Amino acid sequence: MINRNPQLDEQGALQHLLTTEGLPASILLQILDTAESFVGVTERDVKKVPLLRGKSIFNLFFEPSTRTRTTFEIAAKRLSADVINLNIAVSAQSKGETLLDTVNNLSAMNADMFVVRHSQSGAAHLIAKHVRSDIHVINAGDGSHAHPTQALLDMFTIRRYKQDFRKLRVAIIGDILHSRVARSQIHALTTLGVPEVRVIAPKTLLPRMVERLGVHVYHDMTQGLKDIDVLMMLRLQSERMKGANLPSQEEYFKYYGLTPEKLLLAHHDAIVMHPGPMNRGVEIDSAVADGKQSVILPQVTFGIAVRMAVMSILAGQSVARSAE
Amino acid sequence: MQLPDAEAAYKNLIAKIQADRCEGFILVGIRTGGAWLAKRLHRESANTNPLGLLSTSFHRDDFDKIGLHAQMKPSEIPFDVNGAHILLIDDVLHTGRTVRAAINELFDYGRPASINLAVLADRCGRELPIAAQYSGTVFELPSDQMLELKQNEHGKFIFRLYAKGVPE
Repeated sequence: MINRNPQLDEQGALQHLLTTEGLPASILLQILDTAESFVGVTERDVKKVPLLRGKSIFNLFFEPSTRTRTTFEIAAKRLSADVINLNIAVSAQSKGETLLDTVNNLSAMNADMFVVRHSQSGAAHLIAKHVRSDIHVINAGDGSHAHPTQALLDMFTIRRYKQDFRKLRVAIIGDILHSRVARSQIHALTTLGVPEVRVIAPKTLLPRMVERLGVHVYHDMTQGLKDIDVLMMLRLQSERMKGANLPSQEEYFKYYGLTPEKLLLAHHDAIVMHPGPMNRGVEIDSAVADGKQSVILPQVTFGIAVRMAVMSILAGQSVARSAE
Repeated sequence: MQLPDAEAAYKNLIAKIQADRCEGFILVGIRTGGAWLAKRLHRESANTNPLGLLSTSFHRDDFDKIGLHAQMKPSEIPFDVNGAHILLIDDVLHTGRTVRAAINELFDYGRPASINLAVLADRCGRELPIAAQYSGTVFELPSDQMLELKQNEHGKFIFRLYAKGVPE
């Protein structure tokens, strides 16, 4: 048996979105192209389209998150789906129910799609393997493994401002070690043909053998930012740091915080991105975050369109199969 | 079977529209064949209003059967729909379902004063109470045949007939 990508069906179409790793460029581009159509929807009189009318989407958040959950909820509602938010951190699991029992119960309530956020890497994969074939799973972040919709909205933002992926130098800066966003970004950037992806971080915040992902490693902002077109900042995830990876946030800011002076080292029309929530004065200076090269708020807007695209592609997939 | 000549149908259509003094209309073409037709009508009838292009992807009633079109393009409506007199344009009128979806899409942008419909070919077989005010040619086709508009390298229109089997 061929070991198929668990995200794709027999025809190679998207069945679940779990990670950007191993997804072909054609699927990534299909999502970005579809998202272009959804950007305009939010500017209309009626900010809603009826594609997912009658579908039930369950937001399963085993880990607290306001922003990501809200953007998924808005995306689903703009597609006319019914959205049910479950904050499981404080409900069933605290009463001892297992992950798959929770999912079984919700499937019995005729869920069409699960959006899953979990602190354990692989949780969304486990659910995707377990559910009926007409149910779709979107990974909204699992441990330090993957956060594919964030990476896709980042790719969408880059394409909007820089058009051609094949001419870019991109730097991902900060806490790579704990970042599922960084891993998903690296896989998406390399698949889409970005010739040079750099990671810039202190040794203590880099995973071992990160070079194997096809990135160039820098420990110094002065060297690392030279000729860069896109700066992708990461949040310093102090809540995930066990033990002392860093002397202090002040020292981190001194060496790796993005200030207007450091930004001058990059290409003069470079864009600055951040997945949020930002720690101002830790990984990014307010003058940069609010400056003219920042595209941080457009990222949030595009995030809705990209999530609408993913949801409608997945929902359209199940109907194509059942019609056969 | 012998298909009507698409260029002759086009000349017939533009003459009918111009005879009705429709210069106040805002032309809106349905992607993709209707968009070609609308662009040409807009140019050759010297319509000075902005031109709209409409995608029906969000309102199709067959999403539950065929999903989302892989190469969908967004609608482009560069004018205020509220109070506008719109001439909706499509290449082929058959069941009327695409026109229904297009009307829904337009109403997402506002409340037009009126919508009229112009098509290059009316092939009959309606499943909804929809009729075209202007049509270049009217003829009947069996429902298992698909009629499509093509453009050759000089921008001239040609009708093509397919056996149904592959979904639209």
